[in-house]
Amino acid sequence: MKFHRTLIAAPFALLVLVAVLLVSCVDRGDPFEGLKVLDRALSTEPETLDPQRARSTQAADVLRDIGEGLLGYDPVGKLVPAGATDWTISDDGLVYTFSLREEARWSTGEPVTADDYVLGLQRLVDPATAAFYGGQVGMIVNANAIIEGELPATELGVIAVDPLTLRIELTQPTPYLLSLLTHPSTFPVNRSTIAEHGEDFARPGIMPSNGAYVLDERDTSSLVQLRRNPLYWNNANTDIDIVRHHVITQEMSELNRFRAGELHMTSNVPPESFQQVKEEYGDELHVSPYLGVYYYGFNLEKPPFKDNLPLRQALSMAVDREVLTEKITGRGEQPAYSWVPPGVDNYEPRTFSYANLTQSERNAIAKSLYSQAGYSEENPLKITLHYNTSDTQQRIALAVQSMWNDVLGVETTLINEEFQVLLTNMREREVTQVFRSSWIGDFNDAVTFLGVLETDAPSNMPGYANAEYMDLMQRAAQQTDLDARRLYLEEAERTMLRDHPVIPLYFYVSKLLVSDEVLGFGDNVLNYHYSQHLSLADDGE
Amino acid sequence: MLGYTLRRLASAVPTVFLVILLAFMLVRAAPGGPFDTDRVLPAAIEANIQKHYRLDDPLHEQFFRYLGGVLTGDFGPSYVYRDRTVSELIGDALPLSFLLGVSAMTLAVVAGVAVGIAAALRANSRFDRIIMGAAMTGISIPVFVLAPVLILVLSVKLNWFPAGWSSGTGLSKLVLPVVSLALPQLAYVARLTRASLIDVLNSDFIRTAKAQGLSTASIIRYHALKPALLPVVSYLGPAIAFILTGSVVVEEVFGVPGVGQFFVRGALNRDYTLVLGVVIFYAVVIVVLNLIVDLIYGLLDPRIRTR
Repeated sequence: MKFHRTLIAAPFALLVLVAVLLVSCVDRGDPFEGLKVLDRALSTEPETLDPQRARSTQAADVLRDIGEGLLGYDPVGKLVPAGATDWTISDDGLVYTFSLREEARWSTGEPVTADDYVLGLQRLVDPATAAFYGGQVGMIVNANAIIEGELPATELGVIAVDPLTLRIELTQPTPYLLSLLTHPSTFPVNRSTIAEHGEDFARPGIMPSNGAYVLDERDTSSLVQLRRNPLYWNNANTDIDIVRHHVITQEMSELNRFRAGELHMTSNVPPESFQQVKEEYGDELHVSPYLGVYYYGFNLEKPPFKDNLPLRQALSMAVDREVLTEKITGRGEQPAYSWVPPGVDNYEPRTFSYANLTQSERNAIAKSLYSQAGYSEENPLKITLHYNTSDTQQRIALAVQSMWNDVLGVETTLINEEFQVLLTNMREREVTQVFRSSWIGDFNDAVTFLGVLETDAPSNMPGYANAEYMDLMQRAAQQTDLDARRLYLEEAERTMLRDHPVIPLYFYVSKLLVSDEVLGFGDNVLNYHYSQHLSLADDGE
Repeated sequence: MLGYTLRRLASAVPTVFLVILLAFMLVRAAPGGPFDTDRVLPAAIEANIQKHYRLDDPLHEQFFRYLGGVLTGDFGPSYVYRDRTVSELIGDALPLSFLLGVSAMTLAVVAGVAVGIAAALRANSRFDRIIMGAAMTGISIPVFVLAPVLILVLSVKLNWFPAGWSSGTGLSKLVLPVVSLALPQLAYVARLTRASLIDVLNSDFIRTAKAQGLSTASIIRYHALKPALLPVVSYLGPAIAFILTGSVVVEEVFGVPGVGQFFVRGALNRDYTLVLGVVIFYAVVIVVLNLIVDLIYGLLDPRIRTR
């Protein structure tokens, strides 16, 4: 009966183990007594906090708190000096020289030097780092050759002239370079930390910070906790001591936790609760234009849309975008008649020629274009519409399906797919006809949108190719004069819209709840909210 | 019986191997990859990343390299959580999932059996009908409905418990996840116990015991409970499976950083190694727990042990 005894002992041991685990959870009092704590939500776990290897916007949100680039944004989205105090640009627009902030320190106490910035940018293009955003800085001298493995990373055109002077050399003028340099992938890294810990440095207790906060604790899929960096150059103007980024993947859970007083800021508002939240929270709900376009794309490499402009035009015109934004999405989204969203710096989006017509006028033209394309009631167009599985996508797809059917008699089969499957199908352009996609701007410049539809661009899902468009884009890229560049870009958009490779449906808005205890919050098109700009009303915890 | 245990463990090896092989093939056959998002990467960058993770090797080489790694306890790097290995991710999450699972299981069995006995003793009374009606409701409400309702009532309205894991301090943060996980199983165990106890109480040997003048309490304790618990014990296997799959939902809703949430997220992100790691982990857990259930069954029912 020895065996019998072990079997009785097993549950007992189990209970002891549970007891130990329970004790480890026991409340040890408020660890933040007397400190100002900000609780904010992240919609996914940051995949890494290595600034060069991170990819998601959520990782970038945290990195903007625990690091600093040459430039940054203020609460309303205006570019401001950060790690650099000022800079000069050569007349040909190819050489940028930055003067670094003398008092900037790492949390280790070492000064932040030009060499740290050089190392950051070299890591970004070094194939050994396998960084996702390497292509973003392809305009820096030798960047592309380094990415392709033809040159060592040390050949990158980023030079530490002296510890406080950094020079970046470009192959083409890039007016948006300054906004690119706010992106965490361009942040400096501490050379001695990498020498000691290798690529594995982005961990609490190891990762040094040159920003307002230091990585304090990380609980995978639950919490990223940051603590004030007393050596930050602007520490005197930082109010909040502890920032807790809670990882909450479900929008509904986020809202519930805001309601329960566990969060000061959400990252989103669930569509089904939007109206209720609006009535309940009033000013605490922030809805603001966001640099993103939701669109339906055509597969331009296969019939029926290949070489059939009237058909593409007819389908685009038959969609009542006002109905979509008012009745279906309903969170303040703007109907889209252009590709580049409003609010982009130094740019005025071009719009479709029919933007000012009423929907019934558009429908009439759409009908004649439809028959011009060779379709009629007896011979209706039969197409498929691919979208990724989600309530919102489905409702939009159903609405568009019925609009096309009512106005033109098109028979649309809706195909919903898991996101990864849709992506593969869009890229292969074999089975898709119409597909749903979106584009979110990486930085505040029209190029982040217009570049998507360049012939060889990896994200050119429709397979759009127009020599005139490419020519205009290249001319724009060579301009140092901002006004001339802008005219070329606007002309490029006009040209592209004429070809109808896509149906832009609406422009996104950011929508989040911010408790009225939080002061200093500003709406901006990038939806960046640096914790160092925020403060808490004194009675707030 | 030791021989039986060892034989059962040995027969689990090919099962787990098959699970690995199938999961590997399935996850690789799914369209898309761990690095695909709507921001398509430039070809050179994508090639660098594939090379970095040796995803450009032939598939069979990758499989055997992976298998070799698993045998030495190395589950590979996560492709999405870029500075973590799968072993680290699962290792960090394991204690919590274990705590959640065992607490829920204990609650379900202890409370379920107690409620079941109480109902059986007053069979067909009003008390019995209310309890069994409530249990039926408990079984029918899926966890993904139950959990948000509990949050709305107990956290948002009454503010008794935290709505999310990372906001809680102390034991209070455990309550809602454990209750959501346990409630449906508790209800099921209660119904099982009641039905089987009523059955046993009507059998001849209990009538004999009554005739000998034994008290109800000692009849239940010494004669009726052991045979009545057999169906409950055999249900423990499926119950554990339900609690494991339920934990996927509960962890997601409450933001508990356990193993379950990696299952879904890993699959959606095509984080190949993470999905495989979690699948292997679950496979081993289920095989081992089923074995334990069989052994307990043997203890309760000598007829099985002797065979």
